[in-house]
Amino acid sequence: MFRRPFHLYRSQNPWREIDRMQREMGRLFDEFAYTPRSRMAPSFPAINVWTNEDGAVVTAELPGVNPEDIDISVVGETLKLTGSRRPEELEEGAKYHRRERGFGNFTRTFQLPFTVEADNVEAVFDKGVLHISLPRAEAEKPRKIAVKAA
Amino acid sequence: MANENSTLQTQDVEKQEVEVAEGTERTRPGRAYVPRADIYETEEALVLLADMPGVDQNTLDITLEKNVLSIRGLVETQNPDNYNLAYAEYEVGDYERNFTLSDGIDTDNISASLKNGVLQINLPKAGPAKARKINVSAA
Repeated sequence: MFRRPFHLYRSQNPWREIDRMQREMGRLFDEFAYTPRSRMAPSFPAINVWTNEDGAVVTAELPGVNPEDIDISVVGETLKLTGSRRPEELEEGAKYHRRERGFGNFTRTFQLPFTVEADNVEAVFDKGVLHISLPRAEAEKPRKIAVKAA
Repeated sequence: MANENSTLQTQDVEKQEVEVAEGTERTRPGRAYVPRADIYETEEALVLLADMPGVDQNTLDITLEKNVLSIRGLVETQNPDNYNLAYAEYEVGDYERNFTLSDGIDTDNISASLKNGVLQINLPKAGPAKARKINVSAA
């Protein structure tokens, strides 16, 4: 992204220039190859889901979000994550030189593969990373069935 | 100023990987990302904010060499025990970014703090350079 424009490359040898452009194009296409992943995650925040037979853990990176501004609700199999990242409050006369960090509201809703024991959901926010542990409802847990000999 | 009720877009926050110089390789496994940064100027200082979720005081390394301010944050992957990753939209990795400072920074008084995964570096401006009068002696 912070690459120098082509015209700044001034090399004496035209073949080297072509070689370099070819590499540059290759890199561009490599970047396109990554887009499907970002298309899978059209909204903020990106999440990771970890599961085992007792439940799931959902993690999300929310740097700069106050824990009070995060709202988690669980109904049945649905997890809803809402919140907002507030813009920095600048003192008067301050001006931005560079602004890359976004802010605003976010909402994401996920369908989990099981019913959640809503009373035992725990969420921890540490170093800008949110961990939500979602235990599976007891009634839904897989059960081992003993086979009796006839 | 942008509208406060705007919706956060992924492109505003998505991680961007560090481009490794050609012919070199990283010495740590995993990826490294360029933290997104804001820089604003107040009357007394330049303030740099960088999103570095997962980084704490112990794994953060800020160095100033000549005029280059280097930020490096190592992130230990904390995978939940006994769980398998079922669905992933982001990857965890280290953060690396360098900034070139202008001469007008009081480099002895730079301070930094971390909160909720955001690094804030205060770069106080140096006092106004005293104008020096140069006497021209008659030959």
